[in-house]
Amino acid sequence: MISKNIQLDEQGRLRHFLSIEGFKRQHLVNILDAAEPFANVQEQAMKKVPLLRGKTIVNLFFEASTRTRTTFELAAKRLSADVLNININTSATSKGESLLDMLQNLEAMHCDMFIVRHKQSGAAHFIAQHVSPHISVINAGDGCHAHPSQAMLDMFTIRRHKQEFADLKVVIVGDILHSRVARSQIHALTTLGVSEVRVVGPKTLIPSNIENLGVHVYHDFQSALIGADVIIMLRLQKERMQGALLPSEAEYYQQYGLTEEKLSYAKSDAIVMHPGPINRGVEIASSIADGPQSVILEQVTNGIAIRMAVMSQALGPKSPNGGKQP
Amino acid sequence: MSNLNISIVNGHIIDPANQIDQITDIHIQAGKIIALGDKPEGFQAQKVIDANNYIVCPGLVDLRVHLRESGHENEDTIASETKAAVAGGITSICCPPDTIPVIDNAAMVKLIRLKAQTEGVAKVFTLSALTQQLKGEKLSEMRALKNAGCVGTSNALFPVKSTLVMRRALEYASSHDITVFIQAFDPWLSDGCVHEGQISTRLGLAGIPVSAETIAISRDLQLIELTGARAHFCQLSSSKAVQLIQQAQASGLPVTADVTAHHLHLTEMDIAYFDSNCHVIPPLRTQRDQADLQDALKSGVINSIVSDHQPLDSDAKLAPFAETEPGISGLETLLPLALKMLDDKKMNLSEIISRLTIEPAKILNINEGTLGLGCDADICIFDPDCYWQVDKNKFFSQGKNTPFHGWELKGKVIYTIKSGDVVFLSN
Repeated sequence: MISKNIQLDEQGRLRHFLSIEGFKRQHLVNILDAAEPFANVQEQAMKKVPLLRGKTIVNLFFEASTRTRTTFELAAKRLSADVLNININTSATSKGESLLDMLQNLEAMHCDMFIVRHKQSGAAHFIAQHVSPHISVINAGDGCHAHPSQAMLDMFTIRRHKQEFADLKVVIVGDILHSRVARSQIHALTTLGVSEVRVVGPKTLIPSNIENLGVHVYHDFQSALIGADVIIMLRLQKERMQGALLPSEAEYYQQYGLTEEKLSYAKSDAIVMHPGPINRGVEIASSIADGPQSVILEQVTNGIAIRMAVMSQALGPKSPNGGKQP
Repeated sequence: MSNLNISIVNGHIIDPANQIDQITDIHIQAGKIIALGDKPEGFQAQKVIDANNYIVCPGLVDLRVHLRESGHENEDTIASETKAAVAGGITSICCPPDTIPVIDNAAMVKLIRLKAQTEGVAKVFTLSALTQQLKGEKLSEMRALKNAGCVGTSNALFPVKSTLVMRRALEYASSHDITVFIQAFDPWLSDGCVHEGQISTRLGLAGIPVSAETIAISRDLQLIELTGARAHFCQLSSSKAVQLIQQAQASGLPVTADVTAHHLHLTEMDIAYFDSNCHVIPPLRTQRDQADLQDALKSGVINSIVSDHQPLDSDAKLAPFAETEPGISGLETLLPLALKMLDDKKMNLSEIISRLTIEPAKILNINEGTLGLGCDADICIFDPDCYWQVDKNKFFSQGKNTPFHGWELKGKVIYTIKSGDVVFLSN
């Protein structure tokens, strides 16, 4: 059974943004294109545009986050929307019932959009399935499932440095198993036509059947780096040392940490990315994180533009076809 | 109870226990089947049921029905869930011991039997806990529990971690001729909520690998060989599990196995975007596994189909996937889902009905699932050609948790008779 893609409305326009999966290439290109002018707005002295004036956007964070929440908040404010930040201790709403109760209360306050982060995979889908028809839900990270706006800001950053997606070899390194960022990146890269996506890590951190998502699996970092145009390092959570997934940070750095020596295997113009926050000396050497090939801070800046694009597409004035249907 | 003299006429009687597969009549007196074919001399039917174009078969026997939600009072559930059973053509159900409190003492067995007799409309059998409080540490008084009426023993969904305790439990059960029901999964590899594979990777949900099932089955098969115990493996979910059971049977071990109706017809792909109604344990696996389970049912390696009925509150499924409770409300879709095997695997009606009646009855060693003369008149009459749409809101069960809502299924129960009383009549 294929269920209906709840991310699009009847006219095929963006309604919820829950996962990259389910979008066609043109949808993604539209979001990237829409973000371009916003990226320029940010460089002007007057950063605000009135697209979402009168709309109320709720940051609903069931899991701590500083950067993602802040960039969503800034993006909403630059679109002239009102923003409400709600941080919820997950233990208070461990039952679905109270989660739904809380949503109903927020709906009663006439909110227009929920930005949701939750530790459980599928939480954003769950909320999207239960909100009133006028509300949009944006997934700001659900468990190990998806973080689509992060993936889109990464695509935006890649596009600004590399012209054609089709020609690229992209390497994603580290804890793929627990990474919602990696899953969304993989879907975005393959949807945009990237010719080769490689994932690298020990078997303990590579989920089974990942090849079905259209990627090549490597356990040896150096061979994966050969010919790479884009290197995406993932954050390694400290708790992975428990549960026998890895022996130690030191051994991880030795095998999968990005050093000057390893970077030399990639193309000379390769860019280095990281969704942050970085663990220096665990995933990546400081000299690279701060070096000329790093675009890590650019990613943060682009995050605002991409989130403005997604929010305005989901909530902004819609022409009948919106120019958004592929 | 009225216990009228009943004649069921013109029906197509299928009774695999007695190799009957023909259009004939059946006569019931004082709750017992007294004759097939011509009515006995002097018999006066007070009620005649015309079963023309219908199948008449023994009331179904369901090996695994959870009567109530854990932690909740059972005041109404024996009444409501046995009503759901008979609406599904099921007249005998077997309840695993993981009730609250656990069935590890004779008083609990008596309580359930009493409630079933006073409030229930289907026959309720129980399994005893294999170990005290299902903790996997000390043996339960399984002999006393057998005497109190338990028809087998099981540690339900709680794997016995200690190989030594499992060995002792099998030895002890075997000494008293008690069948051990095993839900095989390795406790260390089972900390997930979906099959480990494509879907767990795509959705970022923690996976349960096939080896969680096969490691546990392999260990227990070795212990069965060592101890000579008789065992029944519950709800196989994978091709490899089928292979292990097949090999064990071929080498002469006394083992049987069942499959749930939902594992016969659903795969991991049905989870789609986090459909919590497809959250079940063991998890739905691949298309290959599903096809091999169907084949094993046809070949007889798996000889019973169960509902593994678990009625849940609506709240239990209203949460992000991993936080939802696993389980399906399955009593009212068991028969039509089983009948779907007619088309899917070209099993014939008699083969399918045997796996819903006499085969599970044999596993429980109970005198059910047969239309033999002198047996209780437990009968299911269904229309094999009637299509109907599953509507969870019309379920008799308190659990509306079904992934089959909206499915068009073929085969509708018209009458259910238990001990000579009509306990369900379709409107």
